[in-house]
Amino acid sequence: MTDYNFAYLDEQTKRMIRRAILKGLAIPGYQVPFASREMPMPYGWGTGGVQVSAAVLTPDDTFKVIDQGADDTTNAVSIRRFFEKTAGVAVTEATVDASVIQTRHRIPEQELRSDQILVYQVPIPEPLRFLEPSEVETRKMHSLEEYGLMHVKLYEDISQHGAIATAYAYPVKVEGRYVMDPSPIPKFDNPKLNMAGIQLFGAGREQRIYAVPPYTDVVSLDFDDYPFEASKADHACDLCGAEDSYLDELIVDDAGGRMFMCSDTDYCAGRRKAGCIGAQGIPYQEDVA
Amino acid sequence: MQATTLEGGFGNAPLDSARAFRQIMTAVAQPGIINDVVGATPPAPLSVAAGVVLLTLCDPDTPVFLTPEFDTDDVRAWITFHTSAPLVDAAKASFAVGSWGDLPIADFAIGTSEYPDRSATLIVEVALLNPEGAELRGPGIKGKATLSLPDTAAFQENAALFPLGLDFVFTCQNRLAALPRTTKVNAIKVS
Repeated sequence: MTDYNFAYLDEQTKRMIRRAILKGLAIPGYQVPFASREMPMPYGWGTGGVQVSAAVLTPDDTFKVIDQGADDTTNAVSIRRFFEKTAGVAVTEATVDASVIQTRHRIPEQELRSDQILVYQVPIPEPLRFLEPSEVETRKMHSLEEYGLMHVKLYEDISQHGAIATAYAYPVKVEGRYVMDPSPIPKFDNPKLNMAGIQLFGAGREQRIYAVPPYTDVVSLDFDDYPFEASKADHACDLCGAEDSYLDELIVDDAGGRMFMCSDTDYCAGRRKAGCIGAQGIPYQEDVA
Repeated sequence: MQATTLEGGFGNAPLDSARAFRQIMTAVAQPGIINDVVGATPPAPLSVAAGVVLLTLCDPDTPVFLTPEFDTDDVRAWITFHTSAPLVDAAKASFAVGSWGDLPIADFAIGTSEYPDRSATLIVEVALLNPEGAELRGPGIKGKATLSLPDTAAFQENAALFPLGLDFVFTCQNRLAALPRTTKVNAIKVS
């Protein structure tokens, strides 16, 4: 701990990030440019989220990191250890015990409280980027609230596939103004963007920070005759039996055998501890992976 | 240089500013709530809370404007020593400190349509800060909240500029509350 400044970044950098976070909260959904720093991990590994976490963490926090819902993947473990080491924060895998949660591509199944902060790692913050490669143009489109192109994209989905085929990073409109990329969360998670906690988004390589304050109106874009649908695999979790959680599909042998399991490992473990058992599950035992 | 200039900063800058920022951020994210802050003892007439906000957010990159009431040698020297923020005219400021009536609201930067974040944040020193008064609605607020505000019409006009506009932090002794441009303000009618 003594080898680093608190939370790794120098104070001037944290002030710059903090000012960006405050402007982000004041203009929900608008991408605030910030001077992203090099972090001791490659771009694409959550450098934006890490910088936002570094700016908001206090020594009194309990920190949780999830990667696609899991606490025990390489990326999640290394970011958790990074802040354990540089900020001296307590860490947890339990969603209810965490005060700051950094996430890659999921929102926890457990509903967040108003005293919890969710920090997203964002690869491409610009929802219009794949439709319009020019930053000059997309900035102009946001300033004029010109989002027709996004609706054309969703319409083309319908005309080609019969339904809106966008399954993740599903665009939303925040407080009736800015169209925002909620990061590559599955669209199953979109309704949870209306929450009591503070949501902060950090894109390190693209140098953008944006935010959604609590109780902010976040609407997934759709059409009257093709309303937004939060979809998931039509299955129950094979470990805990949950029918309401987002599922990962796992190939378990060479014969095409497969199982579905909760993507949120804390949610699944909590249910199994409480005695819920899925079709291929076994009763929960402590320390059994 | 006065001794008071050198004193009154954060004792442990990384930890004090981290805790202070959390209080400021939750206040901005949930307009209407009032948070306590500690760590700074700035020279009068600056309040503790205004001092904490300046120490937490200001540095050489953020020009600061002071109203005549706060534009004293002690305050200028304290801000310069502790933050190195340049002291400038209202039009160039990213932060400003003053009492409500003295702040030249029309002069501050409200951002541009392509960069609405390039707008000033005003630290408004108030004599009273209570969770009663004007009715607030908008992002960060579950239903509605109430907060004692020094004005109503000016905040309604500011909110109408969205996504452009100013953001406000109200400071009173060691307490602060915030009013971002998204908040819709209504005076409570006494009937």
